[in-house]
Amino acid sequence: MSLLKVSNIVAGYGETEILHGVSIAIEEGHVVTIIGPNGSGKSTLLKAIFGLIKPKKGQVLFQGKDITGLAPETVVRRGLCYVPQSSNIFPSLSINENLEMGAFIRTDDFRQRLEEMYLLFPDLAGRRKDRAGTLSGGQRQMLALARALMLDPALLLLDEPSAGLAPSMVGSVFEKILGINRSGVAILLVEQNAREALKLSSWGYVLASGRNQLEDRGENLLNNPDVARLYLGG
Amino acid sequence: MTTTSPRTQRLIPKWNASYSVVAGFLILLILGFFSIIKLELMVNGLFLGAIIALGAISLSLIYGILNFAHLAQGDFMTLGAYIALFLLGTLLPRLGLEGAGLGPFTFGYPVFIALPLAILAMAAIAIGLDVTIYRRLRRRGVSKVLLAMTSLGLAIALRGAVQVIWGGDTYQYPRLSKEFYQLSMGIRIPPDNLFIGAMTIVLVVVLYLFLTRTRIGKAMRATSDNMDLARVSGINTENIIKWTWALSAGLAATAGVFLAIFQAQLLPIMGWRLLILLFASVILGGIGNLYGALVGALIIGVAAEVSTQWLNPAYKIVIAFVIMIAALLIRPKGIFGVKD
Ligand SMILES: Nc1ncnc2c1ncn2[C@@H]1O[C@H](COP(=O)(O)OP(=O)(O)O)[C@@H](O)[C@H]1O
Ligand SMILES: [Mg+2]
Repeated sequence: MSLLKVSNIVAGYGETEILHGVSIAIEEGHVVTIIGPNGSGKSTLLKAIFGLIKPKKGQVLFQGKDITGLAPETVVRRGLCYVPQSSNIFPSLSINENLEMGAFIRTDDFRQRLEEMYLLFPDLAGRRKDRAGTLSGGQRQMLALARALMLDPALLLLDEPSAGLAPSMVGSVFEKILGINRSGVAILLVEQNAREALKLSSWGYVLASGRNQLEDRGENLLNNPDVARLYLGG
Repeated sequence: MTTTSPRTQRLIPKWNASYSVVAGFLILLILGFFSIIKLELMVNGLFLGAIIALGAISLSLIYGILNFAHLAQGDFMTLGAYIALFLLGTLLPRLGLEGAGLGPFTFGYPVFIALPLAILAMAAIAIGLDVTIYRRLRRRGVSKVLLAMTSLGLAIALRGAVQVIWGGDTYQYPRLSKEFYQLSMGIRIPPDNLFIGAMTIVLVVVLYLFLTRTRIGKAMRATSDNMDLARVSGINTENIIKWTWALSAGLAATAGVFLAIFQAQLLPIMGWRLLILLFASVILGGIGNLYGALVGALIIGVAAEVSTQWLNPAYKIVIAFVIMIAALLIRPKGIFGVKD
């Protein structure tokens, strides 16, 4: 049984249909990457999985249970967390409060988890009381990751965590992602830095115009000349 | 940058532009000492400002979460004041709860029963209106302008309801005393105003603690920042919206009761008239910013009262707008506006 199984999702915004039947799957503990040109519907797919938009057709199974069309505040209680592509922190809240919001549904004492996050992201530790809006781009991405990790999810959906970062920061973001995965969290990754992402991935999907175009083991996609020419910058 | 926020305002800002405001008040005080401005007007302007502040904060709360200008907020104040009138003038006396005067105040202890009940009633009414009207519009994804227009219609309907139930005559809460505190330099302060000022300070502090120290309060600020991310974090934003209405309408009801005490009269138009000053305060302080709304309200309140030294009181609103526009020309985002 796959950890997450998405079958034939049809979804869009209002009348506009963006996804015309997309299917993906990810196994427990794996990293799976979705690549594809801008506007191909990668972010829309993650929103449809997490319930920010309601799929018109298709099914989303998480740990064998149907979560299709559930509201995001319900989905997050099933054990998956999501870092959106943009606006993925609360800028007027302090860094500590951002993490507290990440743990909003926890009723137990999560102080230990909080300290683990500050160990994992030492840049944030010194600035607990600062407004998150004052962080640099790279630090914001770290905070967005930390917020989503507060629940210790079984699956993390990451939408372009390295977008817009300085090249030096990109490497450290991927390092963190690898570390998170090694601690047992499965990761569904959408990335523009396709080469870096596929290196970490056991499996990859290519999405084009809202449809599955290609899927294969990560290394095979890296070595596929068509994929290289179209999506990996030659 | 990928992580720019959809909002540029924060609900609670740092203590930054406050020094210029403090300096402004000091200048006014000095002018007062040289008898250019009547200190009495200034002091009582501060109390009017406190009432405006409660209303302006209640307006900012709705704006911060729901993102539209709620034009019925003034009439929430009116309705709250009239609900308290019903309690103080009719229901509580019938139950034998009349009470003698409480120290120097014009009112007795029944106010401490009537005010919380009026707050609860307005909170319930606001949640009811949200469920029956605003939530439906929200789910259809209507624009902010349409929501504001709807609230204008609601404002007129609420005022109409008050007029139908209580008629257009002016009323007063039962008055049990008529003392004034005589301070030095010819300042006369109705004792009621001191009560209003003290209660406002308490309420603002409690609201601040609620928003910064409690789980729901923090979730409210998170929702104000980014509603989608709040939902993704597991926050039930529809519940947060209900909390916001309850809090906002409760503050509006308090402001309405205080206004009725301050003016020693109730009129169906009282809240609507004040609404313009609420908006001037909110815009002056920086839209969506609670601290800004508070300071903006104090400035507008003092300016409006002080202007009556030279101008007909009917021009209070004009003065408020002149100050607002002048301030915006200097700081387009309001005194406490921040750029992220
Ligand atoms: N909120 C929205 N409302 C309407 N259309 C949208 C919205 N977000 C994205 N789109 C459209 O959906 C298509 C797919 O977008 P997206 O899923 O963000 O692509 P990707 O993440 O692959 O770059 C684009 O044509 C985009 O213009
Ligand atoms: Mg995208």
